[in-house]
Order: sequence, then structure tokens, then C-alpha cells
Amino acid sequence: MTNNPTKNDEPSVIKCDSVYKIFGDKAEKMVRESNGAIDVEAFQNAGCIFGVNNASFEVHKGEMLVVMGLSGSGKSTLLRCISRLTDTTSGRIYIDGEDLLAMKSRELIELRRNKMGMVFQSFALLPHKTVLENIAFPLQVKGISTQDSIKRAAAMVDLVSLSGRENYFPRQLSGGQQQRVGIARSLAVEPDIWFLDEPFSALDPLIRKEMQDEFLRLQGMLHKTILFVTHDFDEALRLADRIAIMKDGIIEQIDTPANIVLNPSTEYVAKFTNEVPREKVLKCESIMEKVENPNKLSKLEVSKDAIIETVAEGVLNARRPVAVLDDKGNMVGVLNKKTIIHILFGKDENSPAQTS
Amino acid sequence: MIQSIRHSKPLQFAILIAGFFVLCFFVTPSENNFLWRLPALIAGLPAIINNSVEFLMFDWFPIETYNVEIEDYEETALLQKITRSISGLILFCIEFIREILLGGVKTIVAFTSWDYVRDNSWAYWPALPWTVVAGIAIALGYALSGRWLAVFVGLATIYIAVFGQWEPAMETLSFVLIAAPLSVLLGLAMGVWAYKSQSVEAALMPLLNVAQTMPHFSYLVPVTVLFGVGDHAGAIATVIFATPPMIRLTLLGLKAVSPEVIEAGLMNGCNKVQLMFRVLIPTARHSILVGVNQVIMQCLAMAVIASFIGAKGLGFNLLLALNQLRIGQALELGICIVLIAVVLDKLSLGWANKQIDYFANLGFVERHKYGFIFIGILLVGIALAYLGTFIFEGGINYFYLIPHNKGFTTENFWQSGVDWMVDNWYQGLQTFNKLLIIDVLLPMKNAYLSMPVSATFLLAMGVGYIIGGIRSALIVGGFLLFIALTEWWDRALITAYMATFAVIVSVVIGSIVGILCAQNTLATKTVLLVCDTLQTFPSFIYLIPVIMLFGVTDTSVLIAVITYATIPATRYTVEGLRNVPVSLQDAGSMSGVNRIQRLVKIELPLAVPHIMLGINQTVVFALFMIIIGAMIGTDDLGQYILKALSDKNGIGNGLMLGLCVAFIGLAVDHLIQTWAKERRAALGLA
Repeated sequence: MTNNPTKNDEPSVIKCDSVYKIFGDKAEKMVRESNGAIDVEAFQNAGCIFGVNNASFEVHKGEMLVVMGLSGSGKSTLLRCISRLTDTTSGRIYIDGEDLLAMKSRELIELRRNKMGMVFQSFALLPHKTVLENIAFPLQVKGISTQDSIKRAAAMVDLVSLSGRENYFPRQLSGGQQQRVGIARSLAVEPDIWFLDEPFSALDPLIRKEMQDEFLRLQGMLHKTILFVTHDFDEALRLADRIAIMKDGIIEQIDTPANIVLNPSTEYVAKFTNEVPREKVLKCESIMEKVENPNKLSKLEVSKDAIIETVAEGVLNARRPVAVLDDKGNMVGVLNKKTIIHILFGKDENSPAQTS
Repeated sequence: MIQSIRHSKPLQFAILIAGFFVLCFFVTPSENNFLWRLPALIAGLPAIINNSVEFLMFDWFPIETYNVEIEDYEETALLQKITRSISGLILFCIEFIREILLGGVKTIVAFTSWDYVRDNSWAYWPALPWTVVAGIAIALGYALSGRWLAVFVGLATIYIAVFGQWEPAMETLSFVLIAAPLSVLLGLAMGVWAYKSQSVEAALMPLLNVAQTMPHFSYLVPVTVLFGVGDHAGAIATVIFATPPMIRLTLLGLKAVSPEVIEAGLMNGCNKVQLMFRVLIPTARHSILVGVNQVIMQCLAMAVIASFIGAKGLGFNLLLALNQLRIGQALELGICIVLIAVVLDKLSLGWANKQIDYFANLGFVERHKYGFIFIGILLVGIALAYLGTFIFEGGINYFYLIPHNKGFTTENFWQSGVDWMVDNWYQGLQTFNKLLIIDVLLPMKNAYLSMPVSATFLLAMGVGYIIGGIRSALIVGGFLLFIALTEWWDRALITAYMATFAVIVSVVIGSIVGILCAQNTLATKTVLLVCDTLQTFPSFIYLIPVIMLFGVTDTSVLIAVITYATIPATRYTVEGLRNVPVSLQDAGSMSGVNRIQRLVKIELPLAVPHIMLGINQTVVFALFMIIIGAMIGTDDLGQYILKALSDKNGIGNGLMLGLCVAFIGLAVDHLIQTWAKERRAALGLA
């Protein structure tokens, strides 16, 4: 697993340790009797269904983990376990090192009031409150005075570009605008952890793209720790630092977008990655070759984090191989025209490295 | 053969009907034949209920209390003490509001004594001049909902004052202002409780079903026994009747809140109380407001019925006018009740929809605008009233209080109208009346009465079995068994015959009007508005015009019942037809259907489940009205309930009779609901 090293150095904000969510009347009793060793088959024979099956992972500070899966894959259930909207059947979840599942209801409320924000698929705005009141709601629940909370909410309205619509009711807004309110509300208490449950799935494709850009803009400013759930693989590729792909409650693979596209670990994951245009996902870093002749290079230089598509034209127009630089400006590799052409038009999917 | 019977419902029905007639012809009518009539095994139950209530009220758990009036300790039963305290509290509240509006001494007496009031002539609470009450109501209308409501409130209050109904109207208002909030709070609390606990919900549902199908009258008897007679008893009976729909609608609304909204509330850090009061209840508010609206309507509908047990006000006067056959006066009073109902309804809606403006930067005067307006109205009104003492001679100050029946009246106009109609139409109406009674109603009544009990059971349980299997058959059978074992089976058959006749006519009229109106958007809107308005009228109002036309006969009752019960039949037909999915309409159009084909092949089959629910409502409405019709004179269950009302030991009879009516309604309700549910599922509409 080759994580983005800068994020990996940060402390883990969310940590899941063999999390199970099992639905069924007998589930709890069977877990108590099994002493932690869960025999999946025995549970399934007893009529239980696995919402989440042995999920273990960490999310680091400032990282965006996108949980991707089709409907019924357990992605939303996993999110609700971590936000403790549903009770976890077995396993441990730590938020900033604290045991989430051991928290009393008062501690949980404090945690949610100060550290967590969540955005919902169907927006979940309060129909009787205006835009401004909806955004101020989490602040008012916390006990902040009406005046202060409204002032803060007005600032949030500006942040999500809804100025002028403060006194509209949710029903008077379009889907995209409603979700902007949802986003503003979830950010009003300045949470550290941001949960997004298919936030853009209910929107039209054009609006969805616009909202994704908006979301990236906000994340560029705020650097939250994010757990983002989606069923849209393209959306996952576009937004994620790392992607976790789920199927039937099991996390099939958890890795960076590039690694998932290049090395799908199961056939199921490969089904998603087969159709993905490489140049839109991969960074220069993943296809660069060793520097053989440092003097015979083009004047053009590209960053190792640049997406191939954005530099392809430049490399193809250059007469010589193009240098790839890291953050500090050191040359770490070169890009050849041949490689780029192969990525853009080639048939052999599995390993671009072989093309050289 | 057996296979085809199992799969063909028409065949099953045919066999059932054949069996029914076989039993009808071969069971001999005789007292000892159990196939003809069941023995009245539970005829002793009313006496047992009477005795146990009496024991609870007068002998159970005596406690020592200090009686101020005889200045000594005395023994009272605990339950009686409790009910008396509740009565006292409610009565005090009603009197308090009444005296703010109309003046009086009872509130002062409550804190001092009668002697004190007698000795001090200044100890009298003056009434608010009617101009002040009207002004405040208008200002309230403007503040809550704008100009149009203000105009409407203005016209309504002026009507009430000018027609000399101010005093009874304020009496009714004071009683509604206590009963309605009490019902709303109680209903909300019970609804929330049922939402939180499934076992509470399971226990509450059958109670609500019975409570909503019991006729109004049967509540009155136990209430008089427990709480005595007077305004408070009327208020309590009203609360009992108005709370069930509030509970139901609260529960419905809370259950319909989307789980994501609840999750959003939780993730925003709500604790349990905040989640309930700031997320769940406000989100469910549409449904809850419908409940409030229902409560207000029920309160005013009960205004007349509560006057049977001593509630003063418009209802009492209306009852009196009806008894004296003073149609014009009854009409004026009826309009007053409707106006109060509509005003209260609109005000409560406006209040619930009020929005706060956070950005307005207001000065002191602006912020306290309504306070100043209130004081202004008060001062102007009092000044006017003072001025009035100089203007008006003869002791009546029309700017202060318009005494009862000292206003305008159109009674003579209506009376001469009635006289004219009697003079000109009497012959025709009587012929129609006789024809209907002799050729239709009497034969039908006799047919019902000559039905052996075994045949009735076979038919009802058989229909239950065909519709909903063995479970439905048992439920329906259980309801009937209860009635059959009382001594009122024949009375119940008469109620059933009236209900059947009324429902058939209502459904025919309702569906024809509904089908015609559903063809056109404007007609749809109009007919729904008319239905809304008619439903606002307290049920008693319907008796006024029919007595006017037909006098005191069975026909009058049936026509009132039919008018009342046609409302839901029409409404549900229109709604059912208009709610057919547009995509299906389009699919029909592209298949090239003409208008008639569209109606018969597409719209009607899809609308039938909804129309059936309308018929269900029609049955309930009809039963209610038939029982109220006992006022005019019928010989069914309703008449016995009315008798129980004036009987000191009527509590057992009243309750049992009420249950009989409720069970007829519930049996029909069960059959129709089961059928409609299955049908909707089959059509993929659910």
C-alpha cells in the first residue's frame, strides 16, 4: 500500500479496528457468545446479514477517504457506524484516539456538537426553517445565542455562495442550492471531521460537477478530515486521496486512486477500473522512467503530481523527453512520448511500465 | 370445480349469497331459535358497569377532606375528589376567560366569597367592550396573516355583534379556548408517547378506532356521571372527542419524518429533548397542523352536542331554536358557529406559519408595534363605550355589549320563506315523503328486521373471509357477536338499514358529481372547496334546512344524513380520479383512447381503492348523523342513547349502545380497509 506519504505522517483521526455491523435478531447474542472471533458462515446460516464485515482502516488528519460501492454494499452503514448513528455490533472505533463506542450519550453529543459535521444525500434540511436558520441550527442547539449564531450563519452563507437567499425556505431552492445549505450547516460548528453521505448523488450531472468543484475549493481552504461515501467511481477518482471499495460489507481494496487503477486487487475492483481513462487518473510519477541522459532533455518540466492528461500535449510537442520534478524541484524521472502515446491510445492495460 | 371456486371471487360471492337466502327462507322466527336471534347474554353488563362506576365514584377509597362550606371534615371517595378537582379547575378557567370577555363576578368569588361580592358593589369585573375584542381579533388577523384575514375577521365579528349573538358567541369561545388547547396538548403528548413506544402505540390504536367511531352522544353519559353537568363537563366531553384525531395525526406526522432529517438532527448534536421539539415536531408540523384544525372543528361541532350536558353558548341557543322550530334563528346561530370555526382555524394556521425576520433593524416603536396597537384599541374601545352611555337611551349601550337577541335579525324573512314553502310545496313534499316511506323505507326496514341472525353472520363473515381470509372473518364476526348478544340487535338492524340506504344514495350522488367534476380543473377546485367548507359546518347545522322542508320525519333524518355523507363520497371520488398518475394518462392517450374509454378503462379502475376509502368515510359520517338524527325522532340505537342521556343510571346503557354503533362502523371499516389495501398493492399504487 503506497499511501500519500505527507498524509500518512499525520496522526490518525479515525481508526476502525475489525468493525462489524450484523443485522438480525440473533446477531447480538451470537457475538457475545463468540468472544470476538466471528465466524461469518455461522452467522449467515442463522439468518444474519452483514452490513459491514471486518472493516479495519485509518483516516489521517486532513485526508479524504472516499468509500465507494454500489447500493447495498454497506458503505452508508459503515459511515453510520463511524458517526454512531447506528450501533456497531462488534469491533472498535477510535476518534482522535478516544473509544467512540464506549462514549456515554452526553460525551457523544459533545463530540458531535464540536468535532463532527455531516452532509446527507437527500439534504435533510429542516423544512420549517429558512436557509439562515438551518445553518444556525447546530449552533443554536449548542446553546449559542440567536444573535451570534445568526451572524456566524450569515458568514457561512457567503462561504457557499448563497448570499441573497438567506430568508428562502428549502422548498424554494434547487437541489444544488439545498445541498449548499446542507454543506454550510455541516461546517457551521467548524468540525474537524466531515462526513459526506452521497452528497451529490441526487443532483443533475452538470450541477454535480459544479458541486464537486465547489467541494474541492472548500476542502482546499479548510483541510478537513473527510469520509466521503459515493456510488460513483468517477467521483471517487476525482476527489479522493484514498479510495476504499466495498462489496457485500467487505472492503475489497483500500488505496490511492492511481494504485487502484493500476493494480486492482480483485476482479470486482477491476470491473470498475477497466473503463477508466488512465490519463485522467494517473499522475506523472506513476509512469515516469529513470533519468538516463540528464543533458538530453526538453526545456519543459512537469511536477510528479500532475495528472497526465494536463501535460500530455506539452510532452508530445516537446522534441526530447520531459523532466519530472518533485516538490522541492529535484529531478526524479523523465516522461517519454512513447509512454504517453501508449497511455492515451494503447491497448495493453495492465502495466504501463512494460512499454519502455 | 373446487379449484375454480378457490380462484373465482364472483363465484364465491354467488355461493355466499345463495347460502344467505337459504338461511333467510328456512330459519323460523321464534324466540327460542338461536339461528333466528341470539339470546341477550350480556344484557346484564350495563347494570354491572353502572354499579362499578357508582362504587368507584362514591365508596371506593374514602378520604377525609375539609369542606369550606359546612366548615367541617367530610368523607369523599378518592375518584370523586379527583374528578371534582379537575371539574373545578376547568370550570375556573372557562369562567375566567368568559368574564374577561363578558364581565361577571365568579372569578372574584373564587378568591373571596359570595358575601364579599354582595357587600361590595364595586367588586364586579367589567366586560371588555365588544369593539375591543373585535379590534384585537382583527389586529391579530392582520399580524398573523395579512390584510385579507383581517377583513374576514372584521366581517365575522361585526356579523356576530350586529345579529345580537355576541354573548352566546363569547360563551362558546371561552369554552373552545379551553377545550381546544387542552385537546391539542393532550393529543400531542399522547402522539409523541405512542411514537416513542411501540407498545403504547399498539395499545392506543384500537382505543382510537373505537373512540373515533363512537357516536358523540355516548360520551356524554359517562362524563356527566364522573364530572357532573355544566360547561366543564361539556369541555371534557369535547376534549375526549377532539383528542383522538390529534393523536393520530401527530403520530402520522412524526412517522413520516425522513430518517435522514433525524440523523441530521443527531449529527448536529441534538439531545433527546431538542430532537423532539426542534427537529421532529416542527418537521411533522404540516400533519400536526391538520390535527389542530381538526380539533378546532371538532370543538365547534361539539358546541351543540355539549349543550346537552349544560355547556352554555351558541350551541345551547341553537338547540333551543331547533326544538322550537325557529328555523331563521337556528340558521343565524349556525352561521355564527361556522364563522367562529373558520376564524379560529385561519388564525391558528397563520400563527403556525409566522416567520421571524432577523435582519430588520427596528426602533423601539416598531418592535413593540403590536403592543401599542393593542393598547390603542383598548383605549379607543373603552372611550367609545363611555361615549355610548350618552348616545344610547334605554339602558342598552350598543358600544359596550349588545345584549342577546337585541340586534338585527332576519328571522322573519326565513320564517316567511319557510311558510311560503310549506304553503306551496307542502302537497308535493308530503307525497314524496309518503312515497319514500311506504314504498322504499318501510319495506327495506322490514326486510332487515326479518333477517335471521345466522344469515347476517354468514353474510358478514363470508365477505370477511373472501376479502381477508379467516382473520377478517373472525374480526367482523367478533364485532357482530357483541351486538347480537346485547338486547338491541333489532335496533342495530334499524340503524344498519338507515345507514345502508343513506350510504347507497350518498355514494351514487357523490360518485356521479365527483366523476363529472373531475373532468375539469376548475370544477375540481370548486368542488373540493365546497367540500372543505361544508365539512367545517358542525353536523347539527344540516338538520336546520331539512326540518325546514320536511318537518319532523324519518325522511328529514335521512336527507340530512345523505347530505352530510355525500361530502366524503364526492371528495374521495374527485381525489381518486385526479390522482391517477400522469404517465398512465399519457400511455392511454398514445393508445388512442377516447374520453369515455379513458374514464372507464384507466381512471376508474385505478381510482376505485381511493373511492372505497371514501365510502368508508361515508359510512362513518352516516352513522354519526343517524345518531344525531335521534334528536328529530328515530327508533334506532340513537334513540336509546338519547334516552340513556336523561337516565341517572344510563352510563352502562350509553356506553354499550355507543359500542354497538362503533362496532358496526368498525366492521365495515375493517372490510373496506383490508380490501383497499390489497387492491392498491395489486395495482402498485401503495
